[in-house]
Amino acid sequence: MELFANQVLAGIATGAIYACMALAVVMIYQAIDHLNFAQGEMAMFSTFVSWQLMQWGVPYWGAFVLTVAFSFAAGIVIERLLFKPLAKAPILTNVAGFIALYAIINSVAGLIWDFTIKQYPTPFGSSPFLGSQLISTHQAGMIGITLLMLLLLFFFFRFTRVGLAMRAAASLPESARLVGINTSWMIALGWGMASAIGSIAGMMIAPVVFLEPNMMLGVLIYGFAAAVLGGLTSPFGAVMGGFLVGIFENLVGTYIPGVGNELKLPIALALIIVVLVVKPAGLFGRAIVKRV
Amino acid sequence: MTAMLNVKDLRAYYGQVQALHGLSFSLNEGSLTTLLGANGAGKTTTLRAICNMVRSTGAIEFEGKPIGTRSTENVVRLGIAHVPQGRGTFTNMTVEENLQLGAISRSDKNAIGSDIERMYEHFPVLKQRYTQQAGTLSGGEQQMLAVARALMLRPRLMLLDEPSFGLAPLIVRDLFRILGKINREEKVTILVVEQNAQLALELADQAYVIETGRIVMSGNAKDIANNEDVRKSYLGY
Repeated sequence: MELFANQVLAGIATGAIYACMALAVVMIYQAIDHLNFAQGEMAMFSTFVSWQLMQWGVPYWGAFVLTVAFSFAAGIVIERLLFKPLAKAPILTNVAGFIALYAIINSVAGLIWDFTIKQYPTPFGSSPFLGSQLISTHQAGMIGITLLMLLLLFFFFRFTRVGLAMRAAASLPESARLVGINTSWMIALGWGMASAIGSIAGMMIAPVVFLEPNMMLGVLIYGFAAAVLGGLTSPFGAVMGGFLVGIFENLVGTYIPGVGNELKLPIALALIIVVLVVKPAGLFGRAIVKRV
Repeated sequence: MTAMLNVKDLRAYYGQVQALHGLSFSLNEGSLTTLLGANGAGKTTTLRAICNMVRSTGAIEFEGKPIGTRSTENVVRLGIAHVPQGRGTFTNMTVEENLQLGAISRSDKNAIGSDIERMYEHFPVLKQRYTQQAGTLSGGEQQMLAVARALMLRPRLMLLDEPSFGLAPLIVRDLFRILGKINREEKVTILVVEQNAQLALELADQAYVIETGRIVMSGNAKDIANNEDVRKSYLGY
């Protein structure tokens, strides 16, 4: 029983990484109705920017704030330059755009910062959290930050006019325009926010997986799995999905013989497929009620 | 009376297909005008062209300003509310959120709360359902919500695209009564596109009849309703 409890706790700790990333995934899905395959690379690039700022002597939280602001602006610029012209193009064209963006950002990061693995600092320290060896203060801090972001997003979408306008633009663009919402800028804003959230995820994840251009490869797939499990329409679901994927991964690794580290990634992929087949709306996704 | 909306030589296209062939008409301030015609005559296209939701040429002036090149959201922000065909309800949001969205482009935030209350007076059924997902409302209730949402803009001009579509006759009567009241009491100029010609002519003071993208008849609503030839050849009753 103690083994089980410990594994759940460790699962929550790794799950925090996925939850963080899933939040960014859901954010962009809300805004543009697609998954952005370059999301992880954008987050990785942001993390490198913060690392560079720290190398130049900027203190951690200063670099943190500057990076979030930079990522927000960069997300908007990417949307305006690359994806606004593709707004009316077929989905596959957009997917090609995402993949191109993925390759470009990955290579540029490698070009600027090379592919050697770098240490990345944490503001929370890495001692055991509340005396537990399974969860460190950094992981606890990361869970805290993820939940804080979730709370802020909830208030933003629920109680602000911009949040309401963004939801309207995402669900029915034509009706949104007819109440005077500039839907094109709402999409840009969605990109900015997703990019900013992704940068926070990257900066939280980097101390665990270390900083290098391919750091997000696996994380993004787990993030997708978490978002799909929780429901792509629900930020809350995405975070819960993240924790669940983390716990699931750990329990399977512990109790099912033969599943080592090598099979952990396929588990995430299998989870995506199972959820999509069995419950496409995800655990917390809103099934839209429609009266005919 | 001055013309609030002036449309001259309006031509609209869906790809290569021309849907409007040089439409000209004007709406007087404070009037309630109906645009009648059969299926495919170009009624919906006319409304969509005013809001720049379809490619068109020609001159459209609203209160003296040309609006032909403005984006849809910027046309709306001038005070032109458009209740589209199919109502355009934000079905996964609550009734109250739908009303708030109607006022989203307004800068006088303090007045929005009292305007929502006013809508609940016009449409009491919405008050009972204000926390409900709008998609769960009946067709008639959704149409009421669509009109209320449009009014939340505090529009100068309201465009309605077949508000009677798919509704029971009693509900249509109720809706049209409210539209008349809004026109008189709130001084909102209204252009309503209808297939239900008989009812629309009772409500309106001006009428235009369009056929295959051209205006074939215009005048006082009563005169058109009383002209038997017109009724038989264009309105089918």
